[in-house]
Amino acid sequence: MSDEAFEKFKACAVKVLSVSADQVTMDARFAEDLDADSLDLVELVMELEEVFDVSVDESELEGIETVGQAFELVTSKQ
Amino acid sequence: MSRVVLVTGGNRGIGLACARAFAAQGDSVAITYRGEPPADADGLLCVRCDVTDTEQVDAAFTEIETTLGPVEVLVSNAGMTADMLVLRMGIEDFASVLDANLTGGFRVAKRAVQKMMRARFGRIIFIGSVVGSTGQAGQANYAASKAGLIGLARSLAREFASRSITVNVVAPGPVETDMFAAVSDDTRSAIEGAVPLGRLATPDEIAAAVTFLASDAAGYITGVVLPVDGGLGMGAT
Repeated sequence: MSDEAFEKFKACAVKVLSVSADQVTMDARFAEDLDADSLDLVELVMELEEVFDVSVDESELEGIETVGQAFELVTSKQ
Repeated sequence: MSRVVLVTGGNRGIGLACARAFAAQGDSVAITYRGEPPADADGLLCVRCDVTDTEQVDAAFTEIETTLGPVEVLVSNAGMTADMLVLRMGIEDFASVLDANLTGGFRVAKRAVQKMMRARFGRIIFIGSVVGSTGQAGQANYAASKAGLIGLARSLAREFASRSITVNVVAPGPVETDMFAAVSDDTRSAIEGAVPLGRLATPDEIAAAVTFLASDAAGYITGVVLPVDGGLGMGAT
C-alpha cells in the first residue's frame, strides 16, 4: 500500500465527505464513523474514479463499508 | 438571487415562454433546441442539442457550464408527439416518443444533478401533461412518456432530497402553441368544451407555474404533479 495513494484517497474523502483528514483511517466505517449516506458514497466513488483514473462498476460497490475496503478496491484497479 | 437556468426545447412554445419568464426575472438562461433556434433569442444562450443523444446532452451541459456556470434550475421540456391509434402505432413510433420525452428527461436530469449535488441546491421541473394521468386516445406513446416522468421525478426527488434538490412535474392541459395548432377545428372545440375554464392555456400560464416551483419560496415542494389544465384533469391527477 502506497502512502502517496492513501494521501490522495484521504484528500478525496475530506473534500467529498467534509470530514477532517485524521478521521479517514483504514478502519473508519463510512456510515457510522464518517456520517456518509449512500449519496455521499456515490459522490466519493465519482471523485475517486476521476482522481485515480479508474472505473468502478456498480456491482463492485456492494459490501464496501470501510475506508480500507474502498481504498483496496480503487488501488487494485490501477 | 440570480440562477443559472436551462430549458430544454426552449426554442418555442412552453419552453420559450419559460425561458423568457426566467430571463425577465434576472436569471441566466440557456436553452437547447433540436431544429431551429428561436427567432428572437435576446439574452438567451442557445445550444443545439438532441436529447435522444447522451453525448450531445453532455456536450451541451459542458458548454453551458463553461459560459454561464453549473445549471441550478433544469426545466426538462423537450418533447415530441407522434399521434396515432395503437393499432397503427409501430414499435418505433412508440419507442421514439419514449426516447425523446422520458429517456431524454432522464439524460438531462442525470447530467444536471451531479453539479446540483455538489452545490447542495437544485430545482428540476419536468413538463408532463394532463394526458399522462387521464390517458388520451391516439396518444398512447405520448401519454405513457408523460406518465413515466412522474415516476422518474418522484424517484429523483427521493434520491436527492438530502441535497436540497427538489424535483417536480408541471402537467399542462391544452396550450396555445405550434404543437396544438396542428389540431383540427372540431377537435379544438371539443377540447375547449371539455375544459371547465373553457379555453386553452397561454404558454405564459405554464411558465408561471414553472418559475414558481423553481423559486426559493417553493423549497418545501418536491415530488408533486402540478396540473395547469383549466380543471380538465380534475380527479384523475
